Amino acid sequence: MAIQSSIRANLYKDSVSLMRISQVTIARTGVQRVTLLMGTRSNKEFLQQAGLMSPALESAKPGDIMIVVADDAPDKIAAAEREIHSQIAGEEPKGGSTEAAAEAPPRSIAGGVAIADHADLALISVPGPYAAAEALKALRRGLNVLLFSDSVPIEQEVAIKRVAAQKGLLVMGPDCGTAIINGVPLGFANVVRRGAIGLVGASGTGLQEVMCQIHRHGHGISQAIGTGSHDVSSEVGGITMLQGLELLAADAQTKVVAIVSKPPAPDVQQRVIERARAIGKPVVICFLGGEPAASAGNVHRTSSLEETARQAVALAGARQPGSDEQSAEALATKVCGSLTPSQRYLRGLYSGGTFCSEAQTIWRAAGIRARSNAPLAGAERLADVEESRGHMAIDLGSDEFTVGRPHPMIDYGVRIERLLKEAGDPTVACIVLDVVLGYGSHPNPAEILAPAIRRAKAAARAQGRELAVICFVCGTDADPQPYETQKGMLADAGAEIVGSSTSAARASQAIASRMAADDSANGRRAMQGGER
Amino acid sequence: MNAAPSALQNQTSVISLGASGLDRGVESSGAPLVRLQWQPVGDGSPEVAWSLAQLVGDACDADCLGSRIDRANAEVLERILTAQPVWVDVAAHAFEVWPDMGRTLLHAGPPIAWNEMCGPMKGAVVGAILYEKWATTQQEAEQLVAAGGIRFAPCHEFGAVGPMTGIISPSMPLFVVLNQTTGNRAYAPMMESGGAKTLRFGAFAPEVIEGLKLIENVLAPCLKAAVAGIDGGLPLKPLISQSLHMGDDVHNRNTAATLLLYRAVTESLLKSSISRDLVRETLRTIGADDMFFLSLSMAACKATMDAAHGVPFSSIVTAMARNGVNVGIRVSGLNGQWFVGPADIPVGLFLPGFSEADANPDIGDSAITETAGLGAFAMAAAPAMVQFVGGTPQDALRYSREMAHVTIGRNPGFTLPMLDFIGAPVGIDIRKVVDENMRPVINTATAHKEPGMGIIGAGVVQAPMKCFVDAVGALATAAAS
Repeated sequence: MAIQSSIRANLYKDSVSLMRISQVTIARTGVQRVTLLMGTRSNKEFLQQAGLMSPALESAKPGDIMIVVADDAPDKIAAAEREIHSQIAGEEPKGGSTEAAAEAPPRSIAGGVAIADHADLALISVPGPYAAAEALKALRRGLNVLLFSDSVPIEQEVAIKRVAAQKGLLVMGPDCGTAIINGVPLGFANVVRRGAIGLVGASGTGLQEVMCQIHRHGHGISQAIGTGSHDVSSEVGGITMLQGLELLAADAQTKVVAIVSKPPAPDVQQRVIERARAIGKPVVICFLGGEPAASAGNVHRTSSLEETARQAVALAGARQPGSDEQSAEALATKVCGSLTPSQRYLRGLYSGGTFCSEAQTIWRAAGIRARSNAPLAGAERLADVEESRGHMAIDLGSDEFTVGRPHPMIDYGVRIERLLKEAGDPTVACIVLDVVLGYGSHPNPAEILAPAIRRAKAAARAQGRELAVICFVCGTDADPQPYETQKGMLADAGAEIVGSSTSAARASQAIASRMAADDSANGRRAMQGGER
Repeated sequence: MNAAPSALQNQTSVISLGASGLDRGVESSGAPLVRLQWQPVGDGSPEVAWSLAQLVGDACDADCLGSRIDRANAEVLERILTAQPVWVDVAAHAFEVWPDMGRTLLHAGPPIAWNEMCGPMKGAVVGAILYEKWATTQQEAEQLVAAGGIRFAPCHEFGAVGPMTGIISPSMPLFVVLNQTTGNRAYAPMMESGGAKTLRFGAFAPEVIEGLKLIENVLAPCLKAAVAGIDGGLPLKPLISQSLHMGDDVHNRNTAATLLLYRAVTESLLKSSISRDLVRETLRTIGADDMFFLSLSMAACKATMDAAHGVPFSSIVTAMARNGVNVGIRVSGLNGQWFVGPADIPVGLFLPGFSEADANPDIGDSAITETAGLGAFAMAAAPAMVQFVGGTPQDALRYSREMAHVTIGRNPGFTLPMLDFIGAPVGIDIRKVVDENMRPVINTATAHKEPGMGIIGAGVVQAPMKCFVDAVGALATAAAS
């Protein structure tokens, strides 16, 4: 395949715009591959790894667009390049007229503050190397910050969080995917009712799942404060998590606080728990993947997202919510009857990192050792993410899958490809898929995913076996993509729909445990010389 | 840790920057939302972005670096706005101003060595040497320079400014402008008439040297007498203010200002004891050159900006000058340092028979006018100017509007009628230039790259971002130490 590389100098475009241009170009010209990336060091490394780097791109600066087009036909490459340049040009603001000048959107935080209606929060998703600088500028102007960007140097994270703490402002992030502040959804966020439960979380999808479940239990959220994934490290010291606790302690609307996080560094964990004990409100703490811990006083420890939501709702004064879904065992019974003995393994294909961790935690407790590209502490790291062997829990939202590509909550392409690949593996018993709804996510994921599930199941059937696909939907009836409709479309495609990430992990675990037991029973029978 | 509850008490009004789509929830919730058209700062380097962020002021933290810079800048702005440049004198010869200058030639822009000078500047150096009779031929002159017989220095470092090549030699007369507020003086050579054949464009033919002699022997004594006859000298700020209302930017269009000057000197000359022939020759020279006032405009701006220079911590540009190879800026809080970047070719119209291929990169000290908030910054006053860049009068307004994004204040002394008499933007802040990723615009004439070919066009040019990026880095280092 011929690869043609070029540079469009001195024009910054965000990755989403570039991907849109790539997609449109592929759609219009039929060219095989288009990669558009800003000329940063890490993007060059990515191209290197992908075998797409060329000497023509060496001189690209971070403010230049690198254009790589690949196809067998030179005329297709040329057509694609023309299309790319016209797309790039077409997006530039039309200059010349006064009106364009007068209404040109501001370029800087300072410019934005000047025209905004008392701005008090900056939502920052610029590339990581620039993000802390923008955050600091916002803080200096009295704005709280939600830093969606990742790859922010840790020393810059610490520096901005210290400035923020001194000024009584919040820095949610870096790498903070979601928050709800005063009822305003930020980043990837579901539409949930307002209520008495305040959330603080270092894990984005964990927060989303807990807030959706609380909503589905008929309760609501006062505030949901994201901290970003590095906040609970020793270097950062949980600055935002502790600030978040203080804010919720002081917030009159908040009656119950829930914390969802991966296990913090030991010193941070101790500080968070000490602080939680002192705030005078019930606090539910879920350090997912950590050691189980006993509840004491106002601090209630939980070990799954489902339990966290239930506990918070119970503490908020409601009766313990009941469950109407089939139990894990019942689902396993239903599914396992149609599986063949060779089908023993679980493949969790997650777009949410927290779900990937939760599944590993639940599976591990049942003795199932899964490999992962995002392993729990002490577990085996998957050497090659393309590998398919044994039990696996894959986080498709992690860096190795998302450089130069949209997040799997937005673009289901990579996940569907993987789903079909796993479906062809005769050792696979069950595939687990999360579907995250809400702002920022794909506008209609079931429309894409349901046909893929049908194809996956059909492919397995063609090879003489059934394939179990378990789905859970992280969303609410108020989301832009309606929850019940999405569930219905997936169920029609033959997926087993469960009500939570926790249920999905338990049900899949039950399937794996049964298949392993059957297998060893078969083995014993074989050794005993066949049927009695 | 002081966690104020402010985050949850305000209304939540959001500024969004970066990837699109993440603020859809904000939009749907009806909360106030402003989306930025974000670009990486300056040259796109994350290190510069981080340095710059350390220099942002904070209304709640008077001790942070940025707040100190803001206070210093307020002082600088005060000095700019209160300056009172007055034309008080003509120095008959530069060596009377700087008795120790010896065989020094001052030039436009940041420092530059002979072998790096562009064609027009080399030609002007030769011309000045011939004019000073330090040599009699071009070859001799070049040998003299090559042998190290001439010292070069930027005009700016001598309190002076020169248009185009900006060469000032010891025998040249100079306008003297006094800033009455602070007592500092600024100097500029007089505009030669003669179109292409002028030293400022690098010509050194015999008639060019004769022209310089005419200035020295006729124009200078006459104008010295004329200004002496104006009681207290000629205040330039009111004159400039008036000419802005008459369609000048006092950089690339000085038609009105030159007429106002003509009016001011005529009566004074006629009152003097100078012979009628000399008076006629002087008035003919002024009257024949629409750009004659530029020297006084530049000197007025220089007298203003020198008063604003040297305020510790200030991030305001006090000089922006081009030597035909590089553009250099000086910053009030960064004492004598020059921050340079490669000069661009101006974008605009070319006289018939010339093209961009003939053009020399941007040259001259005249960008001191933009530095002081005139020129392109006051382009809204001079809609005729945009014809050079094929624009509409609306574009003239746009330049003045845009430059407000990189400046810290407005000059109520220089108002722009077309923008409802708002003051012209003034005080270029290196932080804003880098943060907004917006380079200051300069109105300029375009010189031929060969010596002595003269003006071949006019248009606009932008100062290179590198100057501002480097200056931000230096200020961050200096302020932190």
